[in-house]
Amino acid sequence: MRNAVKALFSREYETVNALSDISFEIGDGEMLGYIGPNGAGKSTTLKIMCGVLIPDSGSCVINGLTPWKDRIEHVRNIGVAFGQRSQLWWDVPVIDSFELLRDIYKVSSSEYTKSLDELTSLLNLEELLKTPARALSLGQRMRCEIAASLLHSPKILLLDEPTIGLDAVSKFAVRSFIKKRNAEHGTSVVIATHDMGDIEALADRILLIGKGRILLDGSVSDLKKKFSNRKTVSIEYIGNPPSAFEGVSILQARESHAVLSLEPEIVSVSDAISFLAEQTNLTDVSVSSISAEEMVAKLYSEYGI
Amino acid sequence: MRSYLAVFRIRFIATLQYREAALAGIATQAAWGAMEILAFGALYRSEPSAFPMLFSQTVSYIWLQQAFLTMFEVWYWESDISSAIIDGSIAYELARPLDLYGKWFCQASANRLARALLRSLPVLLFSLAAKEPYRLTLPQTFACFGMFLISAALGLGVVTAFSLIVYASLFYTISPSGIRAIISSLAGFLGGSIIPLPFFPAPVRAVAEKLPFACMQNMPLRIFIGDIYGQEAIKGIFLQAFWLLALVGLGKAFISKALSKVVVQGG
Repeated sequence: MRNAVKALFSREYETVNALSDISFEIGDGEMLGYIGPNGAGKSTTLKIMCGVLIPDSGSCVINGLTPWKDRIEHVRNIGVAFGQRSQLWWDVPVIDSFELLRDIYKVSSSEYTKSLDELTSLLNLEELLKTPARALSLGQRMRCEIAASLLHSPKILLLDEPTIGLDAVSKFAVRSFIKKRNAEHGTSVVIATHDMGDIEALADRILLIGKGRILLDGSVSDLKKKFSNRKTVSIEYIGNPPSAFEGVSILQARESHAVLSLEPEIVSVSDAISFLAEQTNLTDVSVSSISAEEMVAKLYSEYGI
Repeated sequence: MRSYLAVFRIRFIATLQYREAALAGIATQAAWGAMEILAFGALYRSEPSAFPMLFSQTVSYIWLQQAFLTMFEVWYWESDISSAIIDGSIAYELARPLDLYGKWFCQASANRLARALLRSLPVLLFSLAAKEPYRLTLPQTFACFGMFLISAALGLGVVTAFSLIVYASLFYTISPSGIRAIISSLAGFLGGSIIPLPFFPAPVRAVAEKLPFACMQNMPLRIFIGDIYGQEAIKGIFLQAFWLLALVGLGKAFISKALSKVVVQGG
């Protein structure tokens, strides 16, 4: 209350650079995952890349064009999806919004029919097209949004949280569609997301930003290795619980189920399993690397962002 | 061009979805028109010669005004544009290969035209069926009607161009309601929506008739009722064209300046 009254008379402002020293190159046909905690500057970067925001300084060249200077020319070749916003006309059937986009991007009717058929079958849109956007559920609408972004077969896709609100089947469909586009048309993709499933499924390379700066740039598997070689071993067993040994520690142990952590430099996976098999009667074993989700959580805490 | 027509088309389709709003509008406008005419009738009965327009002209002016209310009144805002600016969906608008001004112009004018199309006919029929002297009088010549059509098209352009400048101001404020309220009443008053401009005191009228507000409904309606005709009508149409160009130029400059500092908040 005191602060609110104080703010009537004087307000304190602090200038925050949304982005600084962000510098990267993306090759043709590359799929880049752009990650960082909330407020890191992911959306800002994407909006600069699609010509929506004009940076105070710096340069950005995409296909020889500066997005904010040659906006109209530039956006013709890109597809954008902002998961937080809608590009569909609220009160009219989805198909009318699609036709608007067809006309805006000057897609020929044969190409349009081809894209639409492909998108309709892959994203399962058949029954949604005649429905007004307002009557769709979030997931249904998101599938239509993704389709809307791809109708004009853009060379570059800039996706800001494209799978937000989708169910597992739709996420899978959207990801495989993006992969297909990339494989068949060499579409370059930049995807900003919090969903590590997206990153694991799509990104060849990830870029981590925090507080407006690039912290890491590398491939997903490199990062995983660099970060930790540790494997997680889950076992089901009958009889005696296993005990820890060199290179293997027990993370949790319950009756008939245990989760162990293993360091491959000290003991190999096969040795560890045979050692365990001697100790107890194993009924099931699964070995996994650190998940992308865990890796990112660790990265964030390591960088203090 | 095809893209801009497509924007026009979808806004038109979208507006046609609101049937109940149109029905309510028709009832309101017919009733409001009738009440206004009865009020003017009472005044005219006391001293008909004291008025600058014939009673039949005033009657026709009011009927037309009610029939085309959604086309010419500044206060029929296109809420999709203001919400795009305020909630940030402008991000999508800017990601399209369209000139933003052109797109918004098509969108806002299509909205006005579609609303008027739904509402004008029933109100016009109602006003033609009213009994004398409360009936709408049609223009006597084709020339007059032709000039009305040109002037109406320009009027739609002027009101759209004017409203786009108001929308652009939303880049600098957070809530549209304050500025809208002020502009709506000012533009309405000076544009002749409360009382026709000839009823203004001479010095005020002389100034008001030169302003862009007089180029919205005032001009086409007064050409239709025969209050402005011949040379004066042609001059009026030129004044409308002048304001249309001026407001479009101003609006374009304003919007491109605003876009250079656009902020899209929250994702």
